[in-house]
Amino acid sequence: MSTTQPAVQARGLVKRYGRITAVDEVDLTVKAGDVYGYLGPNGAGKTTTLRMMLGLITPDAGSVQLFGRDPLVEGVRALDGVAGFVEAPRFYPYLTGRRNLELVAALDGGDAATRIDAVLDTVELADRARDKVGGYSHGMRQRLGLAGALLRDPRLLILDEPATGLDPAGMRDMRRLIRRLADEGITVLLSSHLMAEVEELCDRVVIIASGRVRYEGALDDLIATTAGRYELRTTDDERAHQIAAAQRGIDDLARDAPGLTFAAGEGAAAALSIALGEAGVGITALVPRTATLEELFFRMTEEAPAPDAAPELVAEEVRA
Amino acid sequence: MTTVPAPRVARDARRHPGVGTVYAWELRKLRAQKRTYIGLGAAALVPLIFVIALLSSSGGPDEIPFGRYVKQTGLAVPLVGLLFSSVWLFPLIAALVAGDIVSSEDNHGTLKTILTRSTERWQIFVAKLLAALSYVFAALVVFVGVGLVLGGACWGLDPLTSLSGTQIPAGRGMLLIGASALAYLIPLIAIAAIAFLLSTVTHNSAAAVVGTLILSFMMQLLAIISGLDFMAPYLLSEQFDSWQGLLRDPTDWAPITHAAWVSACYAVPAVLWAFLAFVRRDVAG
Repeated sequence: MSTTQPAVQARGLVKRYGRITAVDEVDLTVKAGDVYGYLGPNGAGKTTTLRMMLGLITPDAGSVQLFGRDPLVEGVRALDGVAGFVEAPRFYPYLTGRRNLELVAALDGGDAATRIDAVLDTVELADRARDKVGGYSHGMRQRLGLAGALLRDPRLLILDEPATGLDPAGMRDMRRLIRRLADEGITVLLSSHLMAEVEELCDRVVIIASGRVRYEGALDDLIATTAGRYELRTTDDERAHQIAAAQRGIDDLARDAPGLTFAAGEGAAAALSIALGEAGVGITALVPRTATLEELFFRMTEEAPAPDAAPELVAEEVRA
Repeated sequence: MTTVPAPRVARDARRHPGVGTVYAWELRKLRAQKRTYIGLGAAALVPLIFVIALLSSSGGPDEIPFGRYVKQTGLAVPLVGLLFSSVWLFPLIAALVAGDIVSSEDNHGTLKTILTRSTERWQIFVAKLLAALSYVFAALVVFVGVGLVLGGACWGLDPLTSLSGTQIPAGRGMLLIGASALAYLIPLIAIAAIAFLLSTVTHNSAAAVVGTLILSFMMQLLAIISGLDFMAPYLLSEQFDSWQGLLRDPTDWAPITHAAWVSACYAVPAVLWAFLAFVRRDVAG
């Protein structure tokens, strides 16, 4: 594996289930060292994409490479240095946590088994390691999933909503752990619904809706695209709306009770404030405003055409 | 969560495990499941019930091969047991594990767990198939062993009368019982292969187990319909008696050879189909 290769490079990935296109021409690049957020509503095709990355399902078109290796061509050798889980991590309920880790370590080969105690400590499951997984809570299973991934001594961690089902303290601990792993040089591809988590952890993101990529790039660049927006509050919002609508250079005007929002350059914003004053409309607030990731996420995903059906649900039906 | 162990640079060439490692873990998983012991328990219990029934009655199953000798030598007990058990016991035992060993991974959602490690799909397939066949073999050993021990304890291990009427000394008799069990294993492997196929393609343990039993019973039914006599030599259910050729003097290999190729006609396509389904399937659940 060459370290100059991107950790993940997907090009033109397509997956169809009957008439439903679950993943539609997805391109994305995760560079080594990235903490990369993978965002999308339920059924957007996130998990299907992750499954293709891990070689669990075969794309109908396109390719994916992990550190330059294609799982479809090289099989599990393409997963050397790669670990993670899709959807909830699953283990054998009739085996203990430790036995489960011993099993996956045996399937990993090498010296994975020597790390079992360390990873159990890492995820704070050492004292429950001799209990059967059937008795574990959801959060414990999530942590065991992460322990199983760490056994592989990964350079790339693919995590599908790792904080789902965790209590607030568990979510905080999971975020800290991911941050620490990233700081230690592990590339992380994080699929998540939690915008705060993504904003806190990720430096690059892809946003997907209805199987198609809506944005891929740096999180800061995405936020910066919303610079130039203003929030305006006045003594007469109705009149202010009329004046703003007639003003040159004012775009994307919207009522946002209380007040208005609009996009404009600094000159147009200044001109509007003068026009409002001349019209006798008092300005109580005029503040530049950048959108939050959550706002951008909804803007991008709700603009997308509605999917015919949730593709992952369709996938489940096909499987059944 | 506490300190994270410092990750080391991942090796380009991880030492990948072989089929033997995966097979050993499949056996460990079987050992940890209750259904494993249900099948093995049945294999031990049936000869026990048979011996108790013989002890509590004055007669024996005189109408079937070795039935009349069952109270003369314990060597006849496992042989008579094999005749009875081909109807439902061993198809059920074979289906119980072979029909579950792949689909249980679907039921638990663990297929994605094991397929994203460093083991190729074909290795997992081969290990699972070997584990299922090992289980069937173990159940047969338990069945024959318990029958032999109980029969020997009740009626001694006197020489056995062959189907040709000659006397077989106890030592050779035991060897022939072992060989008979191996011959019995041949159609049983085919039953297990069918269960394995159903387990792989249905992703549902109950469907695979019940489907295998229905298929097995259907073949037994076809075998007794007089108008369909021409089919009988090619039905799996009819291959379970081939071991009797070993207990003739001289040994009659023809039924064993016939059972081998008929069983292969069922087992080989089933295994190939299961293999292709397993290595090509999308793991979406």
